[in-house]
Amino acid sequence: MTLPPGILLSGQHYLEGQLLFKAELELPAGEWTCLLGRSGVGKSTILRLILGLETGGRFEGSIAASDGVPLDRRIGYMAQSDLLLPWLTVLENICIGARLRGTAPDLERAQVLLDRVGLADRAGAKPAALSGGMRQRAALARTLMEDQPVVFLDEPFSALDAGTRADMQELAVEVLAGRTVLLVTHDPAEATRLADQIIVLSAAGAAPWPVPASPPLRSLSDPETLSCQTRLLDHLRGVTV
Amino acid sequence: MRPFDIVLAIGIGLALWQGLVIITDAPHFILPSPLRVAQAMWHSRVIIAENALVTASEVALGLLFGSLLGVATAIQLALSRTAERIMLPILVFTQAVPVFALAPVLTLWFGYGMGSKIVMAVLIIYFPVTSAFHDGLTRIDQNYRDLAQSMGAKKLQFLRQIQIPNALPSLGTGLKLAAVYAPIGAVIGEWVGASKGLGYLMLLANGRAKIDLMFASLIVLACLTVLLHIAVGILANRLSRYAGGEVSRTG
Repeated sequence: MTLPPGILLSGQHYLEGQLLFKAELELPAGEWTCLLGRSGVGKSTILRLILGLETGGRFEGSIAASDGVPLDRRIGYMAQSDLLLPWLTVLENICIGARLRGTAPDLERAQVLLDRVGLADRAGAKPAALSGGMRQRAALARTLMEDQPVVFLDEPFSALDAGTRADMQELAVEVLAGRTVLLVTHDPAEATRLADQIIVLSAAGAAPWPVPASPPLRSLSDPETLSCQTRLLDHLRGVTV
Repeated sequence: MRPFDIVLAIGIGLALWQGLVIITDAPHFILPSPLRVAQAMWHSRVIIAENALVTASEVALGLLFGSLLGVATAIQLALSRTAERIMLPILVFTQAVPVFALAPVLTLWFGYGMGSKIVMAVLIIYFPVTSAFHDGLTRIDQNYRDLAQSMGAKKLQFLRQIQIPNALPSLGTGLKLAAVYAPIGAVIGEWVGASKGLGYLMLLANGRAKIDLMFASLIVLACLTVLLHIAVGILANRLSRYAGGEVSRTG
């Protein structure tokens, strides 16, 4: 894959005339940025702005890729809900992007990706027959199928049980290596474990938060990671009050 | 429902009917007993069957054309905001005009044959089908739209791959309503002007004081409607199961 672009967002966003946030945000190329902040502060809005989706508000400022090429159709997107279509098989769901564009899907690649997320034997199953973790893995494979240099994850693991979540985090880091990733999360532990860069969003702006020196994927039993997570949690609670 | 329940329900219905005949002591040309109606049904079986076939054809064709028209309209409305804004009020207005009031005009326009009855059935089911399917097409989780947009989806493909399958259970609901309404349309058409059909037969029997034959025709009509409702119910169930990702047991 060619080098993925970084992304720069700078500006303010208004919701019904009220300033929601004023922020400068840089997503470094090929790294994981974790975006935290209390509910309603506009984390998902930032993600939607860069994706070019409707936000219901007004944005003044600029959003640009570091390589100067427009961002349209260069960002893969994975949401909290798996958004698998219940009437399609897992394999067909993986290929939905091509179907929606009216082109022929690359079934061999889909099969390879299913294998990579550990669902090779469930290709013909309907989503209803899968567990929550399996469904999220299928959604991850669908995101990979789009093969975009930038990937946005909007709390994709928050509905999973702790064990499955840890597995999914490891899988995501492995398969998304080399891409520019923005992960919106509520979970300080998740951010501390995965991030190259942590950003805490509040009405005052987007502030970076120091991450441990060790590279992701970090072990949560590591003292430095543990203390980072605790301090981050304290900070977030302070912001809330 | 278990077969035993059905038999029991029919038994109770017949008993109530017979009870009413005994209590009111009504003459048979006012309220015939179940037995008399059964005799009339058997005696006039050929004429009832001939006319039932006519009505059933009208209902089936009306249901088919009305559904196709409703589905096409709903898709058109879902594709175009402008069409939606202009057409929806018109649709609601046409629904406010009672089809009963239109029956004489339709007979004038489309003749005394099956045509005017089919048109009547089409008119009466068009709105429920359109409305239910359109509702299903447009009521879609915003997250799916976002995902599709991020994938560069084409409007028509989004409709085909996501909106239509997602709306199939709603279409099933609309079709179930239509199955009950369609016979009403056909029979009204036959009342206003016809030379064939169960509605015509009922009027004829009523006019000649053959109340037992009228009841026999009425019961056959009701049974046809119930059968149609069951058949469409099975179809609707299949549509729901497909959209829900369940594998159909029989197919």
